[in-house]
Amino acid sequence: MKAVPLRKLVLGIGGLAAFILLWKLVTDAKLVSPVFFPGPERTYVALVKGLSGGPLLSQTFETVKRMLLGWLLASFVGILFGALVGVSKRARAFIAPTLELLRPLPASAMIPVAIAFLGFSDNMVLVVIAFGALWPMLLATVHGFAAMEPRLYEVSEVLGLNRAQVIWKLALPSAMPMILASLRLGLTISLILAVVGEMLASREGLGQSILAASRSFRSADLFAGIVILGAIGLFGSRLLSVAERHLLRWQASSR
Amino acid sequence: MSAVSVLKNGGRAAALPVALIVLAQVAATVTQLESDSLASPADIAKAFVSVMGDGTLLKATADTLKAAAAGCLLGVGAGSLLGIVLGLFRIADDALDLTIELLRPVPVVALIPVVMMLLGFGAEMEIVIIALGMLWPSVVLARAAVKEVEPRLMEVSNVLQLGFAARVWKIVLPAILPQLFMSLKLAAGYALVVAVTVEITANPLGLGYGIMMAQQALRPAEMFAYLIWIGAVGWLISVLLNAAQRTFFPAFVNGEGR
Repeated sequence: MKAVPLRKLVLGIGGLAAFILLWKLVTDAKLVSPVFFPGPERTYVALVKGLSGGPLLSQTFETVKRMLLGWLLASFVGILFGALVGVSKRARAFIAPTLELLRPLPASAMIPVAIAFLGFSDNMVLVVIAFGALWPMLLATVHGFAAMEPRLYEVSEVLGLNRAQVIWKLALPSAMPMILASLRLGLTISLILAVVGEMLASREGLGQSILAASRSFRSADLFAGIVILGAIGLFGSRLLSVAERHLLRWQASSR
Repeated sequence: MSAVSVLKNGGRAAALPVALIVLAQVAATVTQLESDSLASPADIAKAFVSVMGDGTLLKATADTLKAAAAGCLLGVGAGSLLGIVLGLFRIADDALDLTIELLRPVPVVALIPVVMMLLGFGAEMEIVIIALGMLWPSVVLARAAVKEVEPRLMEVSNVLQLGFAARVWKIVLPAILPQLFMSLKLAAGYALVVAVTVEITANPLGLGYGIMMAQQALRPAEMFAYLIWIGAVGWLISVLLNAAQRTFFPAFVNGEGR
């Protein structure tokens, strides 16, 4: 990992401090009513109180669990189905256009449909998350397979590999960069849909917690929830970036 | 591509959706479908004609698209401006980078309760949330684009002693126009997603609210009609924007990658 230059670090922390100061000045001057917009100290106090013994910790846990379950489900189905479609040229010709047609459909539009089938349940939220996060991974796998160097297919024929071996040994590694990028996008979508699902179906978690806080004008609790959601997003994408670099070492060195 | 192969590819592409629709209709007819969650394709088509005929669908579409367009332009405009400033002044970039990296991962739906508390329901609240969602991606794309502007152009602007406004207007903006359009294109698709999400979650307005109401009234045919319409609108927007990009910035379509 490359070292962050000192200048950048100092300026960055200075910028963050200035941002928090500005936030404090705006709230102290009561430009916006404190009922709606808490200052940094009140947010911090609510955050600490919620995390040490308060309900925030268990709600965070619920949301993260939901996000990860949906994401894993979507990754598994997306990559498996994507591989099956992507490896055969005929399957691509028949199925890929329908997938492209469905892609721009907002995942949240599926929420009412999921409610109609599953009611306001944890499973409904899970299905919505999995459905929404499925598309990037599915299409990245299909495209990644389609973009594989044609000579590698010839190599596989010469070596007499069967289809499973072609997928595992050639196509998956060559599609890996695209798949890994889509995994990160999928995690972002999972977090968003977990929050939306909790808000709509009133399932335990941060989404429901911040909506309840806003309805009863507990703005400090609301902001504390948002801070945690930001932290989850940041942590998740950083973790996947590190994993991505680690898994793609071979690519960087072969160039 | 010859006409025959176009026809063949089109036929293959249409085979799956057509087969699914026929299968659904056959299944619905055979089982004498009466359900609160499912509807046959024929009923969905009937419901579509009826909501289209009384104007509710068109009005909802106009509300959603207006909010999405306003939020998209606002967010991409403000974000690109900030991105240009950050790209031009390294000191501002270094100072704000950490803050932006910390603010960026906050999911935009988490801001729905905040904006709802401040502005109440209505188009205004939806536009603000969409704009906030478009802000950070636009900042990042514009900043990267400005940093890649040919350094000699910057030298030219130094030699000509252009002021900040003239430099942005005459040198930077023309140079990053293709990337800005790409940023707008990505944002437009995303803006529709955020608009529908806000409407489903909170805002009693537009297509998202319409589909939610159809579900709660246990009218599955109408619900699916809305769903298919929302998908069609999203698809149409992406097709139009891709065509516009191909017309105005043909050189950038291939280089874009995914």
